[in-house]
Amino acid sequence: MGGISRRNFLKLSLGSLVLSSISIDLTPVKSYAATELKIKNAKESTSICPYCSVGCSIIVYTKGGKVVQVEGDPDSPINQGSLCPKGASLLQMANNPYRVTEPLYRAPGATEWKKVSWEWALSEIAKRVKATRDKYFILKDEKGRVVNRVEAIAHVGSAALDNEECYLLQKLMRALGLVYIEHQARI
Amino acid sequence: MARKALLITPDLCVGCRGCQVACKSWNDLPAEETKNNGTHENPPDLTGYTYNRIRFIEKVNEKGEVQWLFVSHRCLHCGEPACVEICPVKALKKDAETGIVYYDKNQCIGCQACQAACPFNIPRYDKNGKISKCHFCIDRVKAGLSPACAKTCPTEAIKYGNREELIKEAKAEGYSVLYGETELGGLGVVYALKASPKEYNLAENPKKPENLIAMGQMLRTLIEKGVALSPSVLKDIGLIKG
Amino acid sequence: MTNHWVDLKNADVIIVMGGNPAENHPISMKWILKAQKEKGAKLLVIDPKFTRTASKADLYVPIRPGTDIAFLGGLIKYIIDNELYFKEYVINYTDLSYLVDPNFKGPEDLDGYFSGYDPKTRKYDKATWKYQLDEKGVPKKDPTLKDPNCLFQLLKKHYRRYTLDMVAEITGAPKEKILEAYKIIASTGKPNKVATICYAMGWTQHTVGVQNVRAMSIIQLLLGNIGMAGGGVNALRGESNVQGSTDMGLLFHVLPGYLPTPKASWVDLKTYIEVNTPKTAEPKSLNWWKNRPKYIVSLLKAFYGDNATKENDFCYGYLPKLDDNTTYSWYDIFDAMYKGKIKGFFAWGQNPACSSANANKVRKALSKLDWLVCVNLWDNETSSFWKGPGMDPKKIKTEVFFLPCASSVEKQGSITNSGRLAQWRYKAVEPPGKCMPDAEIMNELYHKIKELYQKQGGVFPDPILKLNWNYGDKHVDIEKVAKEINGYYTKDVVSHPIDKKTYKKGQQVPSFVFLLDDGSTACGNWIFSASFTEAGNMMKRRGKEDPTGLGLYSNWAWCWPLNRRIIYNRASVDPMGNPWDPQRPVIKWDAQNKKWVGDVPDGPQPPLAMEGGVLPFIMKPSGVGTIFGAGLADGPFPTYYEPVESPFKNLLYPKVHFNPVARTYDSPDDKFVVGTDPKYPYVGTTYRVTEHWQTGVMTRHTPWLLELEPQIFAEIDPELAKEKGIKSGDKVIVSSPRGEIWAIAIVTERIRPLIVQGKKCHMIGIPWHYGWKFPKNGGDSANLITPNVVDPNTFIQETKCFIVNIRKA
Repeated sequence: MGGISRRNFLKLSLGSLVLSSISIDLTPVKSYAATELKIKNAKESTSICPYCSVGCSIIVYTKGGKVVQVEGDPDSPINQGSLCPKGASLLQMANNPYRVTEPLYRAPGATEWKKVSWEWALSEIAKRVKATRDKYFILKDEKGRVVNRVEAIAHVGSAALDNEECYLLQKLMRALGLVYIEHQARI
Repeated sequence: MARKALLITPDLCVGCRGCQVACKSWNDLPAEETKNNGTHENPPDLTGYTYNRIRFIEKVNEKGEVQWLFVSHRCLHCGEPACVEICPVKALKKDAETGIVYYDKNQCIGCQACQAACPFNIPRYDKNGKISKCHFCIDRVKAGLSPACAKTCPTEAIKYGNREELIKEAKAEGYSVLYGETELGGLGVVYALKASPKEYNLAENPKKPENLIAMGQMLRTLIEKGVALSPSVLKDIGLIKG
Repeated sequence: MTNHWVDLKNADVIIVMGGNPAENHPISMKWILKAQKEKGAKLLVIDPKFTRTASKADLYVPIRPGTDIAFLGGLIKYIIDNELYFKEYVINYTDLSYLVDPNFKGPEDLDGYFSGYDPKTRKYDKATWKYQLDEKGVPKKDPTLKDPNCLFQLLKKHYRRYTLDMVAEITGAPKEKILEAYKIIASTGKPNKVATICYAMGWTQHTVGVQNVRAMSIIQLLLGNIGMAGGGVNALRGESNVQGSTDMGLLFHVLPGYLPTPKASWVDLKTYIEVNTPKTAEPKSLNWWKNRPKYIVSLLKAFYGDNATKENDFCYGYLPKLDDNTTYSWYDIFDAMYKGKIKGFFAWGQNPACSSANANKVRKALSKLDWLVCVNLWDNETSSFWKGPGMDPKKIKTEVFFLPCASSVEKQGSITNSGRLAQWRYKAVEPPGKCMPDAEIMNELYHKIKELYQKQGGVFPDPILKLNWNYGDKHVDIEKVAKEINGYYTKDVVSHPIDKKTYKKGQQVPSFVFLLDDGSTACGNWIFSASFTEAGNMMKRRGKEDPTGLGLYSNWAWCWPLNRRIIYNRASVDPMGNPWDPQRPVIKWDAQNKKWVGDVPDGPQPPLAMEGGVLPFIMKPSGVGTIFGAGLADGPFPTYYEPVESPFKNLLYPKVHFNPVARTYDSPDDKFVVGTDPKYPYVGTTYRVTEHWQTGVMTRHTPWLLELEPQIFAEIDPELAKEKGIKSGDKVIVSSPRGEIWAIAIVTERIRPLIVQGKKCHMIGIPWHYGWKFPKNGGDSANLITPNVVDPNTFIQETKCFIVNIRKA
């Protein structure tokens, strides 16, 4: 079909079939007369599917720092190369136009988000953590026993994190004195 | 390379639709904007951007029990493909080695004659009016890989391999009906069933249009005469319904 | 899971109840169908709804939501009445022959209650829930099972009225189907037949959630199916790393490795150890938790490094202590937040505005916060709660920070599947834009908070300033964290008590067997010890060998504990160490070489009957599988109670409608009905579908998945649909005492009405994957209408059964 541009394609797609704004490179759409394999010379990295808890191994194919395909890993004794639709859709998790890509802040009473820097966001959060912790920290209970906890800050999450991150997160939260530490496993 | 096939076994299909998504992922096909039409089946039909889909068939058997069947809907890669025969510009092709029915969009003139000829109403067209359908991931097959749908299928409900071997295996496993074994020169997509094809909403005794050769000849003559073939022309001459 | 995914292929009977593997764990069907196809295994699906799993079942039994204990209690009765239990197994490996305190009374004696109930506090005093002990402190037994106080007799009495007729009346399941299911399941009470159970949130999301699971555990013990290949009790679980996040202690009640969180009354380390280190007089019990002191001390060393010394109680005092009489669970958080007691909140990779039952309360609670930090890939209903339905942003004072993190392919680390298998993920690409890996966000946040305390001082800064946290300035060395989780020597150990070898400071400990309680080892999570040894990162392994053919794949990644693929595997052999089923030998005693072969055994000790032999259930002080659940909040035996909201009466215990110790909340937004309300005559239930995941934040933003299931739906039966004038595809309103939501009707034979107590029970099923924020016409969360009444043990909510109504929109 020659090379229909992405812009034209979008224009053409305003009928009943609406192209999602997903950032897949659609140009040129394959003709299937003679095509080069899209994973040819791609770098392969193995990963584990982030959805359910079966633990299917996946191969992430990348070219030029971009994910070009995700497939089941045939070496895995669990999924043996297969994937369900969620696992098979991971290309769209990596290349996803809806992802938020910079820190956002919403001020009290504001009606919209504002883009902010990491430095600012994390510094401001640290200040609030400290202020809340210092104001509400409970050193001893009514019986005079040392409890060293803060009940005015709570944390939930997450089963979506890696083990190492989960470990770090509970370590951090417990160091701050939190007792309200929970996540998806409770619901 | 021997003739290839996909063996579809609805009894093994759990309706997960990994095949639908894997197809879109491999072929870089955009999602369609759908709505829930009172069923889990979606998209409601094949389109220029949906090459395969699972039909969800719900029924109550004679014992009053519910049955839920999942049947792959896609191009069946006929042994004698009417679409290839009718295509006036040879944009549709049958691969001599594997039997795959594929196409070259660069050659397609969008006349839609292939749809008129197809016994299964499969060909669809992209937004440029060019032929779009399952091409059996011919790029993967030629590179020694299995088609994306078969690769991802968790239960081997879609199995890829040499056609003869797949048929033999299915028979050995006790599947009494092998839909596609002989139909239309033998299909490249064969269904292993334990009941009649009708139960799975598969067309019984599919037939190529009787006047296929004449139609193809007519179209080629028109092209020689300089007529720019298009769906409207085909409608005018009564080849496709308007 | 006691077993693992591939092991499903070894089963003779696969029971799916309270789960839906085809839709929620599709790849499991590879193994389930393999068992069916290659060895003629029977797949049983017991579910209110005919699911995609049911479409492949040999037997499907419809059941009213929330009536599982009636069904399972009837099965226990059937097994006992017909003597179908595995006698040698239950006598040797369970407490079935143990005698219970004669003062213990059950619901048959006390109109639905166990002894010790206090109606004022709605709690049990468990003083009588105990075994009789002999003069040495060992439980008394009656191997003839005839003593009226032995567990066998008590169990028999407890379930005597769970007859087939009663079960059918309660569950609505056809009698002949119930019986057929019982026959198939009970057929595995033989040494060479095995059944597995696959359950998930269909069992846990009830006010009797734990008892649902216990009922099946009792059955699996009676049938001798625990420890066996193709057997066990298998929680399918819902999220890629929910096993790991639980193991790592992201819950209020446990530190990493299931060490209880300290309480105020455990004033020092000595007290902590005394209270939490079980003792046993049972001579053949390994009582593994006797090692608790090593694990807590090593954890404190991991937390506080060189600052933790024997002299300062290893900094035990730094750990926050729970109030003894308070719980800090999920629903407690939102209750406290709703009441203005919580000022700051982190929602890290979570969307509680949709995932929490009675989500309206959560959404209101969020507006009471001073500040909220959301870490996620996508903006969602929680981070944008202030502009959600019914909210006036101008009036909401909560400050919100949204921190965009990296996806799973943009960072490296390990995750643990339901089979306890920890597998490594490599980084494939950089995160997009300014997205940061979560570990780096944590790292920077820690450094910033520490800096503030260093500069400004503050309240009790020591736990922060003295935290052992050296993972890099910005970039986090994840393997360093993994090494800390495994554990290392903090000083040279000469002649280690275990193997008399010398270990150098900084060396990785080979496994938790080598952990010490004197401060010479640090270990972030003892159950993960052996995952990253001197030999390297075991979680990266990709060996494909399967010498037994049972699918253990012992060289693929790494599994806790100690790479044991099937836990309680000592129960798979007879007291002489011979496999009950020689065709499926998980482990086997090699008498000549005096060692076990096969899977990693639950302890290297010889078989039970030999000198030095031990009982198989090594985590239990008794050493045996416990039918008597003395530690539970709601009774030692699973007892049938109706769901809190139910249009039906409790036929078995008419004086007790619902679990008498179930937890409820009492704010103006905690609306629920005890029993029935004519305004809501139908039973509502929630579930998930293959194409979406949890609150749908990930999958709704994945166009290929949204294409497949674009909008919230309500599944109803044709009879009810006709009565209400509803057709498939119509927009309907589903209402409950909490509120109402719209959905698209799917009228289907797959959710048929059941006859319960002589009347029709219509059910309405809704998925909870949607949210107002995206897509525009997708619908909102089903949790807006679910109740936040919770199980008294786990505090998980009852979202599987509640009362609803439906009308055409």
